[in-house]
Amino acid sequence: MLDTVVYGLIVGASVGLAAGYLGSIMVLEKMALVGDALSHVALPGLALGVLYNFNPLIGGFLFLFVSAVLIWHLGRVTRLSFETLVGAAFTLALAIGILLFGDNLDALETALFGELGQVGLLSAVAAVLVSITVILLTRLIYRGIVLGLISEELAVSRGINVGRINLLYLLLVSLTVAVGIQITGTLLVGFLVVTPAAAARTISSNLSKYLTLSAAFGAISAISGILMSSYFSILPGPLVVVSGVVIFAAVLVVRWRKGRPAQL
Amino acid sequence: MAAQSDFILKVSNLNIDLSNQKIIENLSFGVKRGTTLAIVGPNGAGKTTLFRALLNLVPYKGKVEWNGKVKVGYVPQVLSVRDVPISVKEFLALKSTSESDINNALASVGLEPDVIKVKSMSVLSGGQLRRVLIAWAIVDKPDVLLFDEPTSGVDLDSEEAIYGMLRTLTAKNKITLLLISHDLHIVREYSDYALAVNRCIVFFGESKDVMNPETQKLIYGEPICREYGEAYA
Repeated sequence: MLDTVVYGLIVGASVGLAAGYLGSIMVLEKMALVGDALSHVALPGLALGVLYNFNPLIGGFLFLFVSAVLIWHLGRVTRLSFETLVGAAFTLALAIGILLFGDNLDALETALFGELGQVGLLSAVAAVLVSITVILLTRLIYRGIVLGLISEELAVSRGINVGRINLLYLLLVSLTVAVGIQITGTLLVGFLVVTPAAAARTISSNLSKYLTLSAAFGAISAISGILMSSYFSILPGPLVVVSGVVIFAAVLVVRWRKGRPAQL
Repeated sequence: MAAQSDFILKVSNLNIDLSNQKIIENLSFGVKRGTTLAIVGPNGAGKTTLFRALLNLVPYKGKVEWNGKVKVGYVPQVLSVRDVPISVKEFLALKSTSESDINNALASVGLEPDVIKVKSMSVLSGGQLRRVLIAWAIVDKPDVLLFDEPTSGVDLDSEEAIYGMLRTLTAKNKITLLLISHDLHIVREYSDYALAVNRCIVFFGESKDVMNPETQKLIYGEPICREYGEAYA
């Protein structure tokens, strides 16, 4: 039991850091719902893993990966926003996933809400490696993404390939979401991408503070949620969400007490 | 006629179609090193699209030739700097320049580096923002600067000060300046030549003539394409 909690904490802290870091971009791009909705796309992959006896997380990641590439390509061809395309994809994936799970309701519940019991040493090592990779790669593309946010044509004029950066970014989100699903499930993992960044945004006046706080809030939400989950013996996903919302509310109060309106 | 090496930019028979609409038609002109050329014309005349073609951001037919390896700086009219939590220092650092270059650029636009660097871009006044944008434009020492509406969102008093500063900086750093402006008074005072476009060239000449009523009729009246065999600024 102790091992499971320790592994869970390692996975949670790693995913929380990476998701908070990546999520800071999503909130700036006003794509918060994309991160949330994209996570649901993993459901059919998880179901196939359960049905055909292979690691459901691999199935989940493959579905996320292929969906991210497809959404990126369709976005370039149709000029439709990511939000629109992800919105269409996630409802379809949710429907297919639920059909594939059929009457295996326990597996469906685990896929939707996460389960600490499925986390082991391998998951913990994978989460740490994924987190380090995601943070390093995001640091590499951050300058281009921020410039693209300020002015896409300015970024292009400086030789930045905005399309390629967006693709890499979507892949990093897919990777982080796939690992995070173990703790929070597909329904709630998007929370880790959105809420920590939203909390950090309200009290940050520069990028370095924003990034640091966003990653820290992600990690704190995950760690405190998992600790409460092991203490109360209930699913970790909802408790991670509750922890994050408490942080968000506390940040709003701090800002309000300083006499400044929240700026999202 | 000037020697070939005097020219920093030559545009020949430039044609741009976007969404099956002709935006620019048969534009030919040249710009000499160190000159300030103002691009003028009514809204929707294709001025910003012309800039975008010079930067290779839109597909075009014809020739855009930069003389050798010139470093081109660009400041678009619309920048969403207020939507991002970014300090002035972080914004300028997006151009990968050194701390001393950032300090020099800020000081040269009349801002106190140590005070302004830590400020968030979102709290700057319109005038401060424009100055920071000029600092951004010159921080990596470009040979040519394309500036789309340098004083957009700035009050009239600050406008003259900003153009005066641009003139001093471009002269001091030997920067060739191409700017888009709606204000013919500013064009007359702060540029050497004016190129008026309304899909095609409707006027080209020295900027001192732009306030002339006849010239204004050419610029803003019914668009009549004109051939300027020697449209060299």
